[in-house]
Amino acid sequence: MVLSENGVQPREFPTNRGGLCQKGWTSDQLLTTPSRLTSPLLHGKPVTWGTALDFVVDRIERIQRNYGRDGVAVFGGGGLTNEKAYALGKFARVVLRTSQIDYNGRFCMSSAAAAGNRAFGVDRGLPFPVMDLDDADMVLLVGANPAETMPPFMQHLRSGLIVVDPRRTATAEQATLHLQPALGTDLALALGILHAVVADGHLDQDYVKARTTGFDEMWRIVAAWWPERAERVTGIAATDQRAVARMLANARNAYVLTARGTEQHANGTNAVNAWINLALALGLPGRKGSGFGCLTGQGNGQGGREHGQKADQLPGYRKIDDPDARAYVAGVWGVDPQSIPGPGRSAYELLDSLGQPHGPRGLLVFGSNPVVSAPRAAHVTDRLKALDLLVVADFVPSETAQLADVVLPVTQWAEEEGTLTNLEGRVLHRRLALRPPPGVWTDLEVLHGLADRLGVDKGFPVSAEEVFDELALASAGGIADYSGVSYSRLRAGEALYWPVPEAGHPGTPRMFLDSFAFPDGRARFVAVEHTGPAERPDAEFPLWATTGRVLAHYQSGAQTRLVPDLLDATPESFVEVHPDTAGRAGVADGELATVSSRRGAVRARVKCVSSLRPDVVFLPFHFPGVNKVTNPALDPTSRMPEFKVCAVRLDPWEDS
Amino acid sequence: MRSIVIVGYGMAGARLAEEISRRDPGNERVSVTVLGEEPHPAYNRVLLSGVVAGSMKVESITLHGPEWEDRVRIGVSATAIDRGARKVTLSDGSTISYDALVLATGSRAWLPPVAGLTDDSPSVVAFRTLGDCERILAGAAPGAPVAVLGGGLLGIEAARGLVGRGCQVTVVHPVGHLMERQLDPGGGAVLRRRLSALGVETLLDAKVMAYVPGDGLQLADGLVPADMVVVAAGVKPETSLAAAAGIRVDRGIVVDDCLRTSDPRVYSIGDCAQHPGTVSGLVQSAWDQAAVLADLLTGVNVAARYRGTPVVTRLKARDMDVAALGEVHVGIESEDAEVLCLSDPERGRYAKLVIRHNRVAGAILIGAPDAAATITQLYDADIPVPSDRLAVLLGRALPVMATVTPKPAELPAGAVVCRCNSVSKAQLVTAWRSGATSESELASATRATTGCGSCREAVCGIAEWLSATT
Repeated sequence: MVLSENGVQPREFPTNRGGLCQKGWTSDQLLTTPSRLTSPLLHGKPVTWGTALDFVVDRIERIQRNYGRDGVAVFGGGGLTNEKAYALGKFARVVLRTSQIDYNGRFCMSSAAAAGNRAFGVDRGLPFPVMDLDDADMVLLVGANPAETMPPFMQHLRSGLIVVDPRRTATAEQATLHLQPALGTDLALALGILHAVVADGHLDQDYVKARTTGFDEMWRIVAAWWPERAERVTGIAATDQRAVARMLANARNAYVLTARGTEQHANGTNAVNAWINLALALGLPGRKGSGFGCLTGQGNGQGGREHGQKADQLPGYRKIDDPDARAYVAGVWGVDPQSIPGPGRSAYELLDSLGQPHGPRGLLVFGSNPVVSAPRAAHVTDRLKALDLLVVADFVPSETAQLADVVLPVTQWAEEEGTLTNLEGRVLHRRLALRPPPGVWTDLEVLHGLADRLGVDKGFPVSAEEVFDELALASAGGIADYSGVSYSRLRAGEALYWPVPEAGHPGTPRMFLDSFAFPDGRARFVAVEHTGPAERPDAEFPLWATTGRVLAHYQSGAQTRLVPDLLDATPESFVEVHPDTAGRAGVADGELATVSSRRGAVRARVKCVSSLRPDVVFLPFHFPGVNKVTNPALDPTSRMPEFKVCAVRLDPWEDS
Repeated sequence: MRSIVIVGYGMAGARLAEEISRRDPGNERVSVTVLGEEPHPAYNRVLLSGVVAGSMKVESITLHGPEWEDRVRIGVSATAIDRGARKVTLSDGSTISYDALVLATGSRAWLPPVAGLTDDSPSVVAFRTLGDCERILAGAAPGAPVAVLGGGLLGIEAARGLVGRGCQVTVVHPVGHLMERQLDPGGGAVLRRRLSALGVETLLDAKVMAYVPGDGLQLADGLVPADMVVVAAGVKPETSLAAAAGIRVDRGIVVDDCLRTSDPRVYSIGDCAQHPGTVSGLVQSAWDQAAVLADLLTGVNVAARYRGTPVVTRLKARDMDVAALGEVHVGIESEDAEVLCLSDPERGRYAKLVIRHNRVAGAILIGAPDAAATITQLYDADIPVPSDRLAVLLGRALPVMATVTPKPAELPAGAVVCRCNSVSKAQLVTAWRSGATSESELASATRATTGCGSCREAVCGIAEWLSATT
């Protein structure tokens, strides 16, 4: 999109096709919001940058002296540009020399990423351009609601559409077939459909033989999931499971796409692998015009997970425990490989450990609002309050910033240059459109200032292009190889999809056409079994709760709740309930209710929705308090919390 | 380390071995030996009807790969149990000691006492084992007349598979309607009609006098021609080993909630076991029992107890959708239950729902797949039945969700036309009156249509309506 005096205007671009939703149209209102932070705050009082940074540095040094390097932690965000994500990871490892860094993308894409790595040897959300979807005859969309989260994307789904979602969402309403499984049973559904693929003769045997391994071991589990058995667990009719198998198999071109609905579970990685298994059995991945992909959640959800703000990762999607990767990146950074810390805690584990005997005592937060977005939020808030130092860099007074000792006012989207990598792995250049207000620094300036005061006067430039060039070098030879990408190529309008391993390389719009990213070139079937949700309803908490988004907001709502048009559209927290369930709980449409779980409670206005399953309530997660109820049970591989299902009860709100 | 011997390598025995292995992956807690009578590794018996129907290959239903070889002894059966010495004698003459013994001996097909109907006759096949299945396939030549003796679940699945292979199939059933354990007479009649449409003949109340190889089944009132008779007349729990060892046996081997027999070192699961909460013969019960017993034997959860498995019968056959659960024989005139029933024999649909205390107590659903799925979930989770009973009974067949798109004139002013930008009809009308009369002008004035674009038609409709009425 383009910013001018007349506000925001859409631009013709392959992903959005000239479309914008209300969030895009109103994004200029955020530039002028009266709540904008324009001065550093120390314990809530405006101070100069010098005072603020000196205070932060003094506290960091004191904490690290007393508690060691890992006494200070860093928490990043999937909305940060590639340059910021890279600089933040480097700052943690080189300046703070702490292993304690992770980011909110752990709550977003981590299961999809882990599953993609297991099956394909690489994780790129869509390993094909989004435009390819236009020519599909059939798309299976699992746990995604792009009609609200990313409306212009719907223009690519004009063909046959099958939607798996426990709610009848705006997306589901446009589907040829909508399946509403019981919460936490997506994996069983995938197994049932895959069983039907084999039993009804739709298995692409040549593809399985030539391009995959692991089918037999996987099949021994899937064989026990005949559709009638999966039906009993999922509530999806066996006939419908067979219909999905048939519709996908009969399509000339078909795609399977997943999103948070199926991924944000304590078995989310396995669930995604089950959907990938289905795609592999049908011979979709790595074939032009067909494939498997997952839809990214945040502005830089793809790029944000590639350049080193993950606990276990170095730039270029390298593993931090790989000696070769450490040596290479240390060379780029000009440090001793031994000095780079090892893997740290994952996001929830990090937040959970703050202020605890072996946990960090100081935390720097960039581009994230964990008070609202982390599971078991009341506990996380307590942990943040227990810190000796909480620093938040943001441009609005988010709920987390309001707890901070030091708030650093930084630039927002139109006020800085940088790159983002979109859901299809394409590197996008975002130009500076507007000078930031006086008193506001870029995140790169903040990191530069902190590094300098902490005795590292080189390696943290404030120019985004300089940081990008270093990022490109650091990623060379890694999985997400950006070494051939440059600002000049991007400014010239080149469509560059990673990997771009050298300067003249045209990029890789479609991956896997010849081989998958394993030494033998084959994709992996992963043998996964359905286990079900970590928590089950009982007499005290008899309902299932799930969370998701609404059209008018994104993420924790810290930004969108400041935009008057968006707040008008969805002004407060609500809970969708089946009318019968509302009646039994003694609440009525439009009234306030309390939704509570074993971990906490939230107030929400009741919205009766007759298409909802009677055993399910739905809460949008853009409002403070919603995540007080969610379950921090973690996926053993991705460390993704189980946001999408927990046991709750519904009661009338009582003002106390 | 305690040694566990599992007698029987069918669905129950194999599952128990897997469940133990999942709880004790390094074989550190217990050592397991499985004894299998059949000459091949365990296979998924539930999928045998798929093999008969041709949708499953034999190799696709194997349960275990070669990694199980060291824990399984194939082709040997247990011939005696010495409970005092805690030893089992095997068919090869050797013995094996146990600390805990699990009898998972399953059941065997029951042959009705009919002259000529013996299991050594080459054209008489029970439908029970992989070997049976292979014999059925060998005899299922296209065009061949085949009689299926027994109109229960298994008989109907076999009949459906055989007619799909081009056989001329007659189901011979001694009772007045099909699947009489799971269906009421109305449901049985609809099912019979459905079978007939697929080419399967059904003879009810049939009294079989004799089987004459080469001719067929001789009934009291005529002959059913048959080159082969598939017997699916019921099963008997295999209890002889237990009975000979003095373990308490009733219909099956009697077990408590710990799956323990009258000898506390001997357990039993699956078709051969008799637990008060279960009707035997269903794999789900056997698997639930295997999970509990694995918890107990490995000591992972010594508090685990088996309390029964609610029975949901689900026919697995192409183009036939039959589900039955709970109390099915309650009539619509019942005064202590709410009973809804719809019969649409012409379209092969039958739906009956029995509700007690606002919970599903029973149901029969034929040709109503999504209602079957939903009602099963309500039954299993024991949650209240939604107040719109008709919608529950009919599932998606009732177009409750399908709303007629209202004409632009009828839309309320506040109705949101463009979701992506929260644009209401009123905003579009105001914009039109201020001069934005084309789709593109309305789009720039209100941003309607500029998101996903799916409201374009509605916006054009409003513009047309306004130009026609102004």
